[in-house]
Amino acid sequence: MAKKRMVQAINEAITEEMERDGSIIVLGEDVHISPVGDTRGLIERFGAARVRNTPISESVMSGMAVGAAATGSRVICHLFYGNFIYTGFDAIANQAAKLRYMLGGQVKLPILYMAMIGGGRSVAAQHSDSMHPMLMNLGGIKIVMPASPGDAKGLVKAALRDDNPVFLLQAAGRGGELGEVPDGDYTIPLGKAEEKRVGDDVTVVAIGSMVKPALKACDELAARGISVSLIDPRTVVPMDYDAILASVARTGRLVVVDEARKSCSAASEIAATVAERGFHLLKAPIGRVAVEDVAMPYSPVLEKAVIPDAARIVDAVLKIAVSRGVAQ
Amino acid sequence: MSPREITSEKLLQMYGRMFRIRQVEERLATVQAAGELPGPVHLYIGEEAIAVGVCAHLSDQDWICSTHRGHGHFLAKSDEIQKMVAEVYGRATGVCGGKGGSMHVADVSKGILGANGIVGGGIALAAGAALSAQTRGTRNVAVVFFGDGAANQGVLFEALNIAALWRLPLILVCENNGYSEFSPTASVTSGEIWNRATPFGVPGRPVDGNDVREVWAAAGEAIERARSGGGATLLEMRTYRLRGHVEAEKSFLSRSYRSDAEVEQRREREPLRLAMAALQGAGVTADAIAKVEEKERAAVRAAFEYAAESPWPAPGAAFEHMFA
Repeated sequence: MAKKRMVQAINEAITEEMERDGSIIVLGEDVHISPVGDTRGLIERFGAARVRNTPISESVMSGMAVGAAATGSRVICHLFYGNFIYTGFDAIANQAAKLRYMLGGQVKLPILYMAMIGGGRSVAAQHSDSMHPMLMNLGGIKIVMPASPGDAKGLVKAALRDDNPVFLLQAAGRGGELGEVPDGDYTIPLGKAEEKRVGDDVTVVAIGSMVKPALKACDELAARGISVSLIDPRTVVPMDYDAILASVARTGRLVVVDEARKSCSAASEIAATVAERGFHLLKAPIGRVAVEDVAMPYSPVLEKAVIPDAARIVDAVLKIAVSRGVAQ
Repeated sequence: MSPREITSEKLLQMYGRMFRIRQVEERLATVQAAGELPGPVHLYIGEEAIAVGVCAHLSDQDWICSTHRGHGHFLAKSDEIQKMVAEVYGRATGVCGGKGGSMHVADVSKGILGANGIVGGGIALAAGAALSAQTRGTRNVAVVFFGDGAANQGVLFEALNIAALWRLPLILVCENNGYSEFSPTASVTSGEIWNRATPFGVPGRPVDGNDVREVWAAAGEAIERARSGGGATLLEMRTYRLRGHVEAEKSFLSRSYRSDAEVEQRREREPLRLAMAALQGAGVTADAIAKVEEKERAAVRAAFEYAAESPWPAPGAAFEHMFA
């Protein structure tokens, strides 16, 4: 166990898995230099045959990942910024998400698509989207959204052993924070949420980048006498609804926090499912804290106004907690 | 490789396969018109020489990706006539269990990654299969069949660039059948398609796609180059679509987009007729040809009976196979 940054944890996971499994290949723009840092050192260690620096051609890259995976390779396809998923989207939506199904299960598609998502770095609207809800709607694709370096390692290793297309969506705005990363063969099963704080008054589900402000909100709420059960789903497909519902069964109150735009967000889907499966458990309306339906602006002042923070999460919790008299 | 190298035995074998494809497609036209098929079909009639001439060089470990007009490619590489027809019928016994239908017939065990409903959708998949074959150090190749319409998709240029850079064992086979859906190719396509490879340093050439001997020779050369590390080739197979873009298109088109006289004129050089003439020229007897035709007719008839009598999938099967 040592403290590492998220990119280091991802890099460690990829390196260990490539060492373990000779069928893993890497495709991506500048993966030899690795401006992000997550593929650093791979080409030196595994050679240019397995680590392919590609042209800026997302259409062919995202489709080649499918073709290579269907014919015996395990593929890491590095798409850099999440918004470039859109330029490679045809093969993701029409091939990766559907080929196995259309062929009646004749192929497996072990692909890890990687991208950085979300705002917080003043790179404006074309480099700041959180597009996990769009990917969730495709079906046929798993999505991991680690909030800590340790989770990143465990989830990436599990994703690289999965026989399906998996997206690793890494929060770009979390900076270089350090976290404990277990050494060696550490995996986290996809579809298993973690209860980061145990509490009885309100359930807060926070996704990916939103776990950090949610943790801060938990501290502030604790000071006001409200104990929060904070759930980090870690993967949004599959979504651990059992863990969310078990928490709501205790608290009777739910706030979901998501950096996606609110309409059809993951927060919306979680809220709908809890209302559908757990309406009888609820003592108050479900709250959603998400990005309003605007594009991500450039100026840090404007960006701060858009991205949910601890204060907005506290407000959302107080709204449903106060209304039922939990808070003092 | 020269067309003259083809033995009369090989020619008869290829003729038989072309004849099989023609039989399947003509029967599909009939049953489609009779309302027996659940979905649309895009028929390969008039283009059979291309799939057969190319696949004659491929093993089960070589990969092909094809198009929405993909029955011919499937039948050229896989012997599973029954499973393919059953798939087009949407039955449980179909090669994809009824999940894919006409536009997604695939037999992965025979190196067929599938027909594809997205125009140009197979190009990147085949490039990936070629990368996989190369990375694993095999001598296998990947072939993508695509139409003249797909030649206008940007992914072709991305694939040519990357195939040239990495010398991928990839053969790009453009089937230029004169029509991009309902638009004459020349009205939507500039220049020569084969020449689109040239700026990338990839060899490209036009081929008479109706003469199976020419297809066989050109494909053989390109595939051998790919196997020996020489990289990609773009072959523009010039052919003609004798049926419409999709069966029953007259039911929704407000006017015709080509004349009957044009189609009749192009029928003079259709691939089965040319292959028949070549067989006769090579001294193959009418009796030997008739024997092959009868065998194929019987196999196709049996496949349609099998498909029509096959059970529908259980509704629950709709919820399987999203994930491995």
